[in-house]
Amino acid sequence: MVNNRVCCSPETGAVFPLLQVDGLVTAFDTEKGCVNAVDGASFSMAPGTTLGIVGESGCGKSVTALSIMGLLPRPSGRIVSGHIVFDGKDLPTLSPKEMQAIRGRRMSMIFQEPMTALNPVQRIGSQINEIYAIHFPGMTKKQRTRGAVTMLSQVGIAEPSMVMNNYPHQLSGGMRQRVMIAMALASSPDILIADEPTTALDVTVQAQILELIKELQGKMGMSVMLITHDLGVIAENCDDAVVMYGGRVVERAGVKDLFKNPFHPYTKGLISSIPGLAEKPKSLLPTIKGRVPSLDKMPLGCRFSNRCPHVMDICHTTPPPETLVGVSRGHFASCYLPGESRD
Amino acid sequence: MTDSRKHDQANGAVETSLDSGNILSVSGLTKHFPVRGGIFLGQTGVVHAVDDVSFSIKKGETLGLVGESGCGKTTLGRCVMGLYPPTAGKVFLHGKNMALENSRQMKSMRLQMQMIFQDPFESLNARHTVGEILREKYIIHGKKRVGTDQEIKTLLERVGLSGDDIHRFPHEFSGGQRQRIGIARAISLNPRVVICDEPVSALDVSVQSQILNLMVTLQREMGLTYLFISHDLAVVKHVSDRIAVMYLGKIVEFTTARALYKHPYHPYTRALLSAIPLPDPLARKQRIILKGEVPSPETPPPGCRFHTRCPHVMDICSTKEPKLKPLKVQGSPHLTACHLYF
Repeated sequence: MVNNRVCCSPETGAVFPLLQVDGLVTAFDTEKGCVNAVDGASFSMAPGTTLGIVGESGCGKSVTALSIMGLLPRPSGRIVSGHIVFDGKDLPTLSPKEMQAIRGRRMSMIFQEPMTALNPVQRIGSQINEIYAIHFPGMTKKQRTRGAVTMLSQVGIAEPSMVMNNYPHQLSGGMRQRVMIAMALASSPDILIADEPTTALDVTVQAQILELIKELQGKMGMSVMLITHDLGVIAENCDDAVVMYGGRVVERAGVKDLFKNPFHPYTKGLISSIPGLAEKPKSLLPTIKGRVPSLDKMPLGCRFSNRCPHVMDICHTTPPPETLVGVSRGHFASCYLPGESRD
Repeated sequence: MTDSRKHDQANGAVETSLDSGNILSVSGLTKHFPVRGGIFLGQTGVVHAVDDVSFSIKKGETLGLVGESGCGKTTLGRCVMGLYPPTAGKVFLHGKNMALENSRQMKSMRLQMQMIFQDPFESLNARHTVGEILREKYIIHGKKRVGTDQEIKTLLERVGLSGDDIHRFPHEFSGGQRQRIGIARAISLNPRVVICDEPVSALDVSVQSQILNLMVTLQREMGLTYLFISHDLAVVKHVSDRIAVMYLGKIVEFTTARALYKHPYHPYTRALLSAIPLPDPLARKQRIILKGEVPSPETPPPGCRFHTRCPHVMDICSTKEPKLKPLKVQGSPHLTACHLYF
């Protein structure tokens, strides 16, 4: 079962975090010059818990995941500063060889579109075998095949030995995502990073896949980082959540706390602009005015300042520190609004 | 399925349960796509994209059409619009059968029916400025209507863009702004009916709410009638008066938005509703996880098309196809196609 369901923050330091990201800055070279896709993100993950990272497109949530996994596209992307501490090691300082021993072995990742993440010209079986061959060189071919079949049946594939011989295009979207999960978990990692794992899937299949991830997390005791734009997915599946906007973490909290008591105007706007199942039909939804600026045109101070309903002078000039407001234990917001004036 | 049976079902419950004042009605609409293969590219199969669907929409109403990918909702929208010729069935706009009209009359009917597409990146001509894109509508529909710059600027402002955007190209806009251009194009000729095919699916949450608000406001101001197609139940609930739930080319449940969410009857609707992740961590609900995935529409299961995944499957389900019939419930008419209730 899931161990240590403790919310943990670097400030309280209650439990030693499994993964700690501290002041991560990731830059990309673009035609318009160098832009910081992630600009000083900090958060941590406790063992056995699920951390949700939520934000709209371009907020840097996927780049954060790629930075952690050491999968940034080269040479355009690079980590400029900051620490990613996993198991006492600072990942950006590791050599490629040392990183290989962690990536895919102790930290795995699944992607949004399983069709592009799987090799289209290799059978499913040999793709899973490859993981064992790389990370467990001692295994015999027979053991590898048995391992692959076990993994496939664990992720709910009814006829694993048949699927082993299939190519990715012969499977449906949900099946492919199951295969991806089987591959990611083949090495029983400590952390599974799931980047929009259900965005390409139908809602009934999404429910199956999220249920599967939860179930396997319970069985294997791993931590899950769930990256999504869907606040509903966060609310139902995560213990803690990090809200990102324009490459920065604007708020982080335990999930219940975040939805009950959101502090940052962006988080509030995001939560209230979801069409709910409860409210009156055809009513006007609350909205956040404007849109996310492109990364090279981000406001100088707080990146949300040009859309914020409560904007003040200081917001335009100086970015607020990430943990400026401590709303409650483990709940921080990066905002100049005084802690008590919540509307 | 024989033609006579199709016809019987077409004139069935849906038609009778709704009162008059319908602006658009669809009866027994069927669309099959041939599948070609083999050496001589002969027909090897048929995709049953839409099978015998009937409904009608009242003036000023929004009918939501919801279902998962491959359920035929987009094909249905396109058949209604006349972009695909239907295999069988009729589409009536203002009581006129669209299929019987010649192409000139068809064009004038199109004046009254317009469409908003899902992908704001692909539905706008990248080589035309916004002004040219919007003016094209006026040119197609006769010279008397040629839009002046001023008219087009007013139109742009109406959908929340700036009049100066008239000289810009689609690539200079964000997804949400492009969808506003798509909406401007659809409403430019004062249509009566707008078919919206997943209009907000490609957009971020904060932009999605802006576009939904725009659509609701325009509907109020212009008295528009919407056929709103989406896979997102929360969005459909928000904009619709009545909702039809589709599964594998068939309507399985059809009632008012309120009744559907309050008391869904069809097992598929129930599972679909229970699968929506709610943005409330304290909400406890019973989740129905369906087995498997939607079967291929090329070989739909016999009997009830949902029986392969249904938690309440009975013997009759695999042999006899349930008809869409009204339930005996209080209040608004509630139709469902399920053997559990009849």
